[in-house]
Amino acid sequence: MFLSNNPQLNQHGELHHLLSIEGLPAAILWQILDTAQSFVGVTQREVKKVPLLRGKAIFNLFFEPSTRTRTTFEIAAKRLSADVINLAVNVSSQSKGESVLDTVANLAAMQADMFIVRHGESGAPYLIARHVGEDIHVINAGDGRHAHPTQGLLDVFTIRHYKQDFRNLRVAIVGDILHSRVARSQIHALTTLGVPELRVIGPKTLLPSNVDNLGVHVYHDMAKGLKDVDVIMMLRLQNERMQGSFLPSPQEFFKFYGLTAEKLALAKPDAIVLHPGPMNRGVEIDSDVADGSQSVILPQVTFGIAIRMAVMSILAGN
Amino acid sequence: MKIHIKNGRLIDPASGTDAQQDVYIAAGKIVAIGAPPQGYHANRTLDASGLVVCPGLVDLAVRLREPGFEYMATLESEMDAAAAGGVTSLACPPDTDPPLDEPGLVEMLKFRARNLNQAHVYPIGALTVGLKGTHLTEMAELTDAGCVAFSHADAPLTDTQLLLRALQYAATFDFPVWLRPQDAGLARGGVAHDGQVATRLGLAAIPVCAETVALSTILLLVRETGARVHLCRLSSAEGVDMVRQAKQLGLKVSCDIAIHHAHLSEMDIGYFDPNCNLTPPLRSQRDRDALRAALADGTVDALCSDHAPVDDDAKQLPFGEAETGATGIELLLPLTLKWAEESRLPLAQGLARVTSDPARVLGIDAGRLTPGASADICIFDPERYWKVAAKALKSQGKNTPFIGIEVKGRVRYTLVEGQVVFESV
Amino acid sequence: MAKPSLPDAEELLAALTAQMRPHITAKTGLIGIVTGGAWLAERLHRDLKLEVPHGSLDVSFYRDDFQHKGLKHQVMPSAIPFEVEGRDLILVDDVLYTGRTIRAAMNELFDYGRPASIRLAALVDRGGRELPIAAQFTGTVLELPSQYSIELKRDAQGRLSLALQQP
Repeated sequence: MFLSNNPQLNQHGELHHLLSIEGLPAAILWQILDTAQSFVGVTQREVKKVPLLRGKAIFNLFFEPSTRTRTTFEIAAKRLSADVINLAVNVSSQSKGESVLDTVANLAAMQADMFIVRHGESGAPYLIARHVGEDIHVINAGDGRHAHPTQGLLDVFTIRHYKQDFRNLRVAIVGDILHSRVARSQIHALTTLGVPELRVIGPKTLLPSNVDNLGVHVYHDMAKGLKDVDVIMMLRLQNERMQGSFLPSPQEFFKFYGLTAEKLALAKPDAIVLHPGPMNRGVEIDSDVADGSQSVILPQVTFGIAIRMAVMSILAGN
Repeated sequence: MKIHIKNGRLIDPASGTDAQQDVYIAAGKIVAIGAPPQGYHANRTLDASGLVVCPGLVDLAVRLREPGFEYMATLESEMDAAAAGGVTSLACPPDTDPPLDEPGLVEMLKFRARNLNQAHVYPIGALTVGLKGTHLTEMAELTDAGCVAFSHADAPLTDTQLLLRALQYAATFDFPVWLRPQDAGLARGGVAHDGQVATRLGLAAIPVCAETVALSTILLLVRETGARVHLCRLSSAEGVDMVRQAKQLGLKVSCDIAIHHAHLSEMDIGYFDPNCNLTPPLRSQRDRDALRAALADGTVDALCSDHAPVDDDAKQLPFGEAETGATGIELLLPLTLKWAEESRLPLAQGLARVTSDPARVLGIDAGRLTPGASADICIFDPERYWKVAAKALKSQGKNTPFIGIEVKGRVRYTLVEGQVVFESV
Repeated sequence: MAKPSLPDAEELLAALTAQMRPHITAKTGLIGIVTGGAWLAERLHRDLKLEVPHGSLDVSFYRDDFQHKGLKHQVMPSAIPFEVEGRDLILVDDVLYTGRTIRAAMNELFDYGRPASIRLAALVDRGGRELPIAAQFTGTVLELPSQYSIELKRDAQGRLSLALQQP
């Protein structure tokens, strides 16, 4: 049994690692959002850099391949003037090779200041955070099905940009919640920030048991679930994480849970549509919605850089 | 060697004794209780003032990791751990490498164990060759070599027809069959109980029905064949309910739970503690409470350690990748005492679940203190607190969910066949 | 020891405005350093009737004490609503002390572009410089022992005043 204190916070209650949105006080979420706002300004300037993390070594430790997330973290780190080293660790089931902890220990010996970790197993960043020195910060870039905190943060930042006040909103998360670390992070962020009504929409096979314990209303009928919502957050169908048959086919999924213009019309007329990307067009979302006027999918990407800059800055300064 | 144990509180669950009584040992047996035989002169006297004197513990599931898993633990270290834990008789499951499916392997294990002169080892033989679930083993030959029962350990047994035949065959000779109720398909890929913790932590889940569906199959086949079945490591409220009903219907079944499930729940996983990666998984608090109640009312016959030493490298991994299991043999006593105390049961009743009751399940003459019985005795200090830490454990496995926790109840002496095999200051 | 007495901020602002007026052109860009400098810039912009909108700068990302102090909780976005390139700028701050804030502000400004010139207007110059920085326009020079810090305050009506803090 572990210590009951939150491994993410130091003894002053400041953010020391970012592993999950669950367990973070609202004040810290606001701090990240507000700091990110300033960085949005920086990304719109001619010189998009600030010298904040000059001389710091940030290691992208990706045990699961990803170009998008890794690239945005790299851009964010470079805009803070940090040095970035990318490590794509090859994990084949046949040859385990060096253990996670051995890899981390070797890198820490190379004067790493920050690890950005993506791993296929839930909880891996916690194991790493427990074993690094006091001065090293760990950011979870996605662990198994558990959490993707920077994605959750950039999503709520996007919502705040367009809708301002969380306390008036009806938000729906649609799709493969069972396998989604993004969904779990979104749920924790939205409930912490005070969204009064949060809905999850999906077939029974894609919703985890006891999901209502997280503070959400469950819908299996998308038409009912989308009625009068202000924000629709679509999830990617996690093909590679599915073992066994959770769905008969992507086509059937699209018929009942894909976002088309028709279904979008059931929401409020000024509802916004988010998607963490990459999109499976025609599986979870129709092209005309993805490219339409209510889609904020591209701004999400820009905001993602600012959020990651904010997280890295706050951690490095604590 | 004549040993006189004096001033101790004698607790013998089988006879219901709980009194200040001395024990007199000679030639490896208990020769008298209460008053010495005429002309008895002890070679050694053990002063058990303030201590409890009870039968040596009988542990139904202890993995000695030999043959095949010596990097995790060895026979020597785990038998030392057993002695330190007050265990004088233990059953080991067949999931060694190679599995215990041949008489030669069983004989070798018994031979090696006997030479160590510590606890009695009762091997459980493999039910199928290689534990592959396709061919029956030579159960009669294996019984001659020393097996007391047959099990499939945690290996999947998906061919129900084969299971039926195995039970029929075993029933022919009245060999007991030990089965862990887990449906392979429903448990596939899962690492944690299908409940709110797995949902929050994003862990692949094993639903309760993985246990109850398998239990249902087993119980119906028991009714069909009349085989004697012992159900290993129950984990759910619904599961123990089914066993309770089966017993009421007169089926010849018994069952056990592991110490971890008597005390812990899914909540103890905390921030992905790999020490809580156990098989079966730790379930909800409601399940745990039902298991504790079933242990008290006798629906669950025995408490065992499910001792599974795992090396550090295999445990210090992300939760889902960590090797399952925990070291437990040295915690069997204190955790039994803890359960009994918390359930407000008399000490004798609590100790029954780790002495006379598991002895009955195993079908061995052990777990009791009567004149004429083998002097297999555990003498412990019921009030002594100790911290569960790597250096306090003799097992090579240092991974347990209880690491860092203070527990109450420490063995002072362990005797097997009248020899002191363990003593502490 | 007697607590130092502070001058009236509104009077100092009037003096500063008068000093700056002859040196302002139609293209001058005024930038206030948050928060006190930004309040001053707002007033100066109005009183000097400047055409170009005023800007505000939060220098948190350029400070030299990030390692010790981390990021402060409320980072305001910097906003420069005009082209910095080739322009004459006046930086405005409430208190000029060690000069480090001004150094950070200049570094930040240069990331926006290359100004033609930068001058500094400070309401209070309290000495104690640690870097070679000087103000071209000053409301007043004030000797203050190092244990005191001085802060600009603004009330609900927008009236400015100076306050003393003892750490």
